[in-house]
Amino acid sequence: MNRAIRRVSVAAMVMVVALMLQLTNVQVFQANSLKQDPRNSRMLLDEFSRQRGQITADGQVLAVSTPADGLVPWQRSYPDPDSVPFAPVVGYYSLQYATAGLEQTQDSFLNGSDDRLWSERLRGFLSGRTPQGGNVDLTLEPAGQHAAYDALQRGVGQGPLTGSVAAVRPSTGEILSLASSPSFNPNDLTSGDDASRSAAMEQLSSDPGQPLLNHATQVSLPPGSIMKVITAAAALESGMTPNSPVSGANNTLLPGTSTYLENYAGSTCGGGTTTFMNAFALSCNVPFVESAPTIGQEKFADVASRFGFDGNAPDIGMPATGSGLGTIGDDAQFAMSTIGQSDVRATTLGAAMMAASVSNNGMRMKPQLIRRLQAPNLSTVEEMKPEEAGEAVSPEIASTLTDMMKASEAHSGGGIPGVEIASKTGTAEHGEGDSSVPYTWYIAFVPGRDVAVAVCIESGPGITSDTVGATVAGPIGREVLGALLGGGQ
Amino acid sequence: MLDSIRQRRQAGNEGGRWSEIGLLLFAVIIVGFAAAVTMMSLEQSITVDLLWLLAGYFGLLAIAHAAVRIFAPYSDPYLLPCAALLNGIGLVVIYRLDLAEQAMDPENASFDVVRQLMWTLLGIVAMVVTLIALRDHRILAKFGYTLGFAGLVLLAIPTILPSRFSEINGAKNWILLPGFSIQPGEFSKILLIISMAAILVSKRSLFATAGKRVFGLDLPRARDLGPVLLAWMLSLVVLVFNSDLGTSLLIFATVLTMIYTATEKVSWLLIGVVLFAIGATFAYFTFGHVRVRVETWIDPLGFYDGTGYQLSQGLFGLATGGVGGTGLGNGRPQQVPFANTDFITASIGEELGLIGLIAVMLVYAIFIMRSIRIALSVRDSFGKLLATGLAFTIAVQLFVVVGGVSRLIPMTGLTMPFVAYGGSSLLANYIILAILLRISNEARTPTPAVASPAMPPAAASPGAGRRAGA
Repeated sequence: MNRAIRRVSVAAMVMVVALMLQLTNVQVFQANSLKQDPRNSRMLLDEFSRQRGQITADGQVLAVSTPADGLVPWQRSYPDPDSVPFAPVVGYYSLQYATAGLEQTQDSFLNGSDDRLWSERLRGFLSGRTPQGGNVDLTLEPAGQHAAYDALQRGVGQGPLTGSVAAVRPSTGEILSLASSPSFNPNDLTSGDDASRSAAMEQLSSDPGQPLLNHATQVSLPPGSIMKVITAAAALESGMTPNSPVSGANNTLLPGTSTYLENYAGSTCGGGTTTFMNAFALSCNVPFVESAPTIGQEKFADVASRFGFDGNAPDIGMPATGSGLGTIGDDAQFAMSTIGQSDVRATTLGAAMMAASVSNNGMRMKPQLIRRLQAPNLSTVEEMKPEEAGEAVSPEIASTLTDMMKASEAHSGGGIPGVEIASKTGTAEHGEGDSSVPYTWYIAFVPGRDVAVAVCIESGPGITSDTVGATVAGPIGREVLGALLGGGQ
Repeated sequence: MLDSIRQRRQAGNEGGRWSEIGLLLFAVIIVGFAAAVTMMSLEQSITVDLLWLLAGYFGLLAIAHAAVRIFAPYSDPYLLPCAALLNGIGLVVIYRLDLAEQAMDPENASFDVVRQLMWTLLGIVAMVVTLIALRDHRILAKFGYTLGFAGLVLLAIPTILPSRFSEINGAKNWILLPGFSIQPGEFSKILLIISMAAILVSKRSLFATAGKRVFGLDLPRARDLGPVLLAWMLSLVVLVFNSDLGTSLLIFATVLTMIYTATEKVSWLLIGVVLFAIGATFAYFTFGHVRVRVETWIDPLGFYDGTGYQLSQGLFGLATGGVGGTGLGNGRPQQVPFANTDFITASIGEELGLIGLIAVMLVYAIFIMRSIRIALSVRDSFGKLLATGLAFTIAVQLFVVVGGVSRLIPMTGLTMPFVAYGGSSLLANYIILAILLRISNEARTPTPAVASPAMPPAAASPGAGRRAGA
């Protein structure tokens, strides 16, 4: 009988071992997917029982968790008046609609589960209190952010525009402003009242202006003539100089087609022959299109990619889209690409980085939005370090481009008293017919003052098919530069 | 008189009673520490309640140990500490869930831990009474048919009773009386094992007789198939009338194992597997609730909003615990329905983690292995079969309940022996413990020196036990 009993004992052991293996399977190998299952309310309840970290910018609190009496012990709120201008960057954190913006991308740090906060968790574990989340401090300058958002709201005096502004510090890549319009009040989405929360969400998601989208980083549009900065850089590298003679005619035949391409509004560029500098300043299309064969597609793509127009999304710690040339097929498309049409797309942030690269003696920095990550006791866990993304152009070419952009600024009728600006305007046609409203662009920097800006206006009251970059986008860009120079430096 | 004192003192050393005391203290320290941690994290302070609970637990163990010293001095010293540790861990987890319930609804909170402590007391009383009343386990062999009949009657009572006296949460396996309720299946399980052991020993020669040989297997004669068929039908009846998958599986597996142990014939196992397959297929196609369990087992998250909710929550709990657990008092085991009974595995897994659950599994493994050791070393066939049956039934019960919660097998709803909240289960398991202690006392009692010359040399030799049982 003992032989059978021994076999029974083996069977019993096999059962116990099978249980251990299955428990290991569930608790180790399936653990992550089970923990992250949206129906597992443990994680959510855990998060809401911890004090979530703050989001701050230059000492101003943009998102904070305060004790609440409701279903959850902490209520997330976005202190006014900064909540609306900062909303597309900060995002929101809602029990019902999950998260967006930095609240989403920096979630693990804000909720305290990030590995960089392990020592904080250990302290919490030893002292028996619930660990807090870490703080995220941004590079944004509140003054610049307000100026940008307010300008977009004012528009041409007829109401808020749909569009965005991005301002950066060229030498470091710090993002100083990242305004998107229309925006929203994140407090509406975190409100404790179910009905008003869903009403707010419904209204926001049906708004044609897409307020939940960050227009400065997530929307990429044809850049129009601001692309000529890149084309000019490529032309200069190909041997042209500002004094090179170019055609001043009002139109030219697109290569390989029977279509004539005109300058804006069919105007001439002085007629006969003019200089490359003058063509750039007046934003004539004909000389750029004609320079395409000299530059060649390969060179053009190379220079564009050095300026960050490589189709890759920048890593700024929040959702972003890349800028790039798209597909260039035949010579005609290539020619159109040189003036920022065809398939070329840019985000406002990408455009700002283009201007910043010229400003920073040709060196392109990586754009960064997060200045530092702090533990709950405000000690710095990780600090932003300026990172070079690569040389866009040589310092000599950057200096030449700066001169050309100064000339362009002089022609677009702007300027801030006492400050010399280098800029380029853009007006991008899209869609068919004359009724469609163009996207208007403005990129600018202040030589020697380490600040660059880009503005993109998509549409809005008072924006018509006649609107050009110089009329709407330019003034907004100058206003932001002024605010950043006055306040930030 | 002097002899008996000397014998007892000797038993203290040779029977391992000092090891038992050491291990029991070890269990008290672990349980005390666990209870203190729980209280610290949930109440932020240690109150007198804890002292009372621990004192109660400690006192009960002292009684149990004293009873073993007096009535079964040579019994195995590891079984009681294992049971005590499991029981203690159960008490801590039940207490922890009580606190969670109290935090949520202070008005209606019931303190299950107090009731469980009371059941522990009754369990230990039952153990002591069993040890006193049962001076020799072989007496039980005489009542094979009577106990078997009693077991069947007990099992049948809920079936006959109207639902309001017998049904809780869909399983009709209760006897609900005013004031208290019992699950007769827990007790009839013991009776059926005793009865089976007795019948098998008396008819062993019949079972061992070979019938036809087919494909190298000795098939039993048709008329010997009786007990297997009976067990098979019994388990089906339990399944059909009581909707109690767990008990039906438990009875069938235990009886089959005992028949195999008695005859050492693999053919019985094959017949059993075939019968099980037939029964399972029949149940699957006939009963909705069996199908639901299988569907839920295959995809618990797919039925999250309905039948899969409990299992999904249990899996979430286990996953949240991960390897190290959240720590006692820091998880949310109360999210799982029936967290202190059927799903106490998930509660332990969440707060003590994989490490804690594996530790609990190992304590069970020690308990089961020591019990099987008793079966190996006891000299009489009845004792061997009985110990094997009891050891294996604990193993199967553990497998069925933990396997169900961890999705190794479909959920069937059984209690985790000694750990889960529930009076019947605790009482029954302490009686099983007492019977095992009794058999082991028999196996380990040294042969009295004065008697040895009179004994036949073969029986006194160390190999005798093995041979006698073979």
